[in-house]
Amino acid sequence: MQTYNLTHLKELESEAIYVIREVAAQFENPVLLFSGGKDSIVCAHLAKKAFYPAKLPFPLMHVDTGHNFPETIAFRDKFIKELGAELIVASVQESIDQGKVVEEKGFNASRNGLQTVTLLDGIEKHKFDAAMGGARRDEEKARAKERFFSHRDEFGQWDPKNQRPELWNIFNGFKNFGENFRVFPISNWTEMDVWQYILAEGIELPPLYFAHERECFVRDGVVMSTSKFIPQRDTEETKTMQVRFRTIGDMTCTGAVESDADTLEKIIEEVAATRTTERGTRSDDKRSEAAMEDRKRQGYF
Amino acid sequence: MSSYLDMELLRFSTAGSVDDGKSTLIGRLLYDSKSIFEDQYEAIEQTSKKKGDEHVNLALLTDGLRSEREQGITIDVAYRYFATPKRKFIIADTPGHIQYTRNMVTGASTSNLSIILIDARKGIIEQTHRHTFIASLLGIPHVVFCINKMDLVDYSEETFEKIKKEVEAFASKLDVKDIHFIPISALKGDNVVNKSENMDWYKGSTLLYLLENIHIGSDHNHIDCRFPVQSVIRPHSDEFHDYRGYAGRIAGGVFKKGDKVIALPSGFSSKIKSIDTMDGELQEAYAPMSVSMTLEDEIDISRGDMIVRENNQPNVSQDVDVMICWLNDKPLQAGGKYAVKHTTNDARCIIKDVRYKIDINTLHRNEEDKNIGMNDIGRIAIRTTKPLYFDSYRRNRNTGSLIIIDEATHETVGAGMILT
Repeated sequence: MQTYNLTHLKELESEAIYVIREVAAQFENPVLLFSGGKDSIVCAHLAKKAFYPAKLPFPLMHVDTGHNFPETIAFRDKFIKELGAELIVASVQESIDQGKVVEEKGFNASRNGLQTVTLLDGIEKHKFDAAMGGARRDEEKARAKERFFSHRDEFGQWDPKNQRPELWNIFNGFKNFGENFRVFPISNWTEMDVWQYILAEGIELPPLYFAHERECFVRDGVVMSTSKFIPQRDTEETKTMQVRFRTIGDMTCTGAVESDADTLEKIIEEVAATRTTERGTRSDDKRSEAAMEDRKRQGYF
Repeated sequence: MSSYLDMELLRFSTAGSVDDGKSTLIGRLLYDSKSIFEDQYEAIEQTSKKKGDEHVNLALLTDGLRSEREQGITIDVAYRYFATPKRKFIIADTPGHIQYTRNMVTGASTSNLSIILIDARKGIIEQTHRHTFIASLLGIPHVVFCINKMDLVDYSEETFEKIKKEVEAFASKLDVKDIHFIPISALKGDNVVNKSENMDWYKGSTLLYLLENIHIGSDHNHIDCRFPVQSVIRPHSDEFHDYRGYAGRIAGGVFKKGDKVIALPSGFSSKIKSIDTMDGELQEAYAPMSVSMTLEDEIDISRGDMIVRENNQPNVSQDVDVMICWLNDKPLQAGGKYAVKHTTNDARCIIKDVRYKIDINTLHRNEEDKNIGMNDIGRIAIRTTKPLYFDSYRRNRNTGSLIIIDEATHETVGAGMILT
């Protein structure tokens, strides 16, 4: 007798496509958040599969800190063009210019925290009622508690102690006017699943993920790319290193790892052997033990 | 390296009372299968030291929220992930005490397997009954009883066998399909990942071996063809001018190209013209695949409708009896109106009758006390504003489950398993 079994990647893909289709069906004005990182690239790829041969029934929105790696922006523009989707850019610089947020000062200044205000403004301005994103439960302990459909009040706040129970594959997108949802189609994927899927599907990625030579310096044990956005101390010596990025946020908060993995196969081997978490290079998570939870409560992803 | 293409996914949940060693067991599985990262381990090592714990407290790995760590309790279901070369695992880690039933039902709803922990020193306690009953109610195909803390009963075979007999006697009254028993010590690592050297009398497999090898291919219903339509794909492009695809995730059965099908509720019949994905056409599709289907004839089908095989149709009715688990502080209102979500269908319903409430410790059906509050389970009769197309939950978890939503607060207040 034939057995009807899906591989884990096919089952995760099927689940994510189902979730994305539910969003399109249950909400009037959804959006897919797109950072140019691998998780949001995978989400956009899944969205394309969900509605094929039709186009995406929602736009993509990039919350732009203005401190991007140039490679990310070049990739973003090319990717969107090939996808044939609409891109909305919500700019942190605009939020600063409008006086809605104040830029951090000092050596460790980052616009990462300011993104929340810009994100919430973007959602409000375009009247989005659901914002999908590529956050995964395995990334961080507060995210391990997230729902697929995460309800936010009119201030965009997450209330982790009072979440709606989520049963079977039935998603409750009911809400009051002015409230919205964050939806995470790849909640159940791990870093390894994402890489295996990228390889299996032949998905193109920004070159930052692959080992390359780069001018770097080391701060608090984290390898940072030199950049006009990060003031360097005199003691922080610039050197050329062979690195790649495991995650891509903006330049001020994303650390690199020393690596010679310049192909997907080598990256998968490296991920399998690595002994530190993916976000271990993210200084934005290290500000306190509950850094992610606190940012999420305020409306961050 | 190429083996990842053959990996399967197993979803399991864990149940245990406070101090049964549930967190230690999960920590042990993650630790011995090398799924804990150094920075994670260092972080909990530091926190354990700060709190004055003697050992590194593996429970800290699973407690994600600030208030959980402060109070040392788990509030909400957390999801954990690990993989071995054979399978990828998703653990729904459900808290042991606070809002117990609600969380266990949530975690169990998507599980293939449930691990129920029993303290070897205490044997079966009231909560063991409760855990087993919920696993049976939620139709979890496989239940594994881990008799834990065997090191504290001198690895006694008699103790293990006695508990096993008692559980078997109790479980025979319930509908649990596949039961396993493993004597373990989560703290010392006996029979979790590595075979115990202290229990030669135990000839069975370790927990991880069981998780890696248990047959899950029959967990989905591959007999009754059910395709709830999520949305209709109409590209309106030159290339796909007349394309009309019905998008959805197969809820049961195996659909093949050329199959004679009918659409509910219209009852119109047609044949499957193609089963499409972006990667190309498929000859057949089965649960839980997400696909889109085209039919030979143009018939009116929209979200909430269901495509089924002509000679195997679901029940169609507005009157449904449901075993309900209540999830909200505000009790069920007999005679009250609620919103219902079932497959991709939305309806409203009225609670016509509360038939009985179940005492989840004794399984006694109480027909006098019909007050269904938070964490209660009972049988109710509802009437919906339009027909639902359903199977019994026993037969199909996808087409036999529904949720009830409070129309004022929009909260999910009830989890329902359809009986008839």
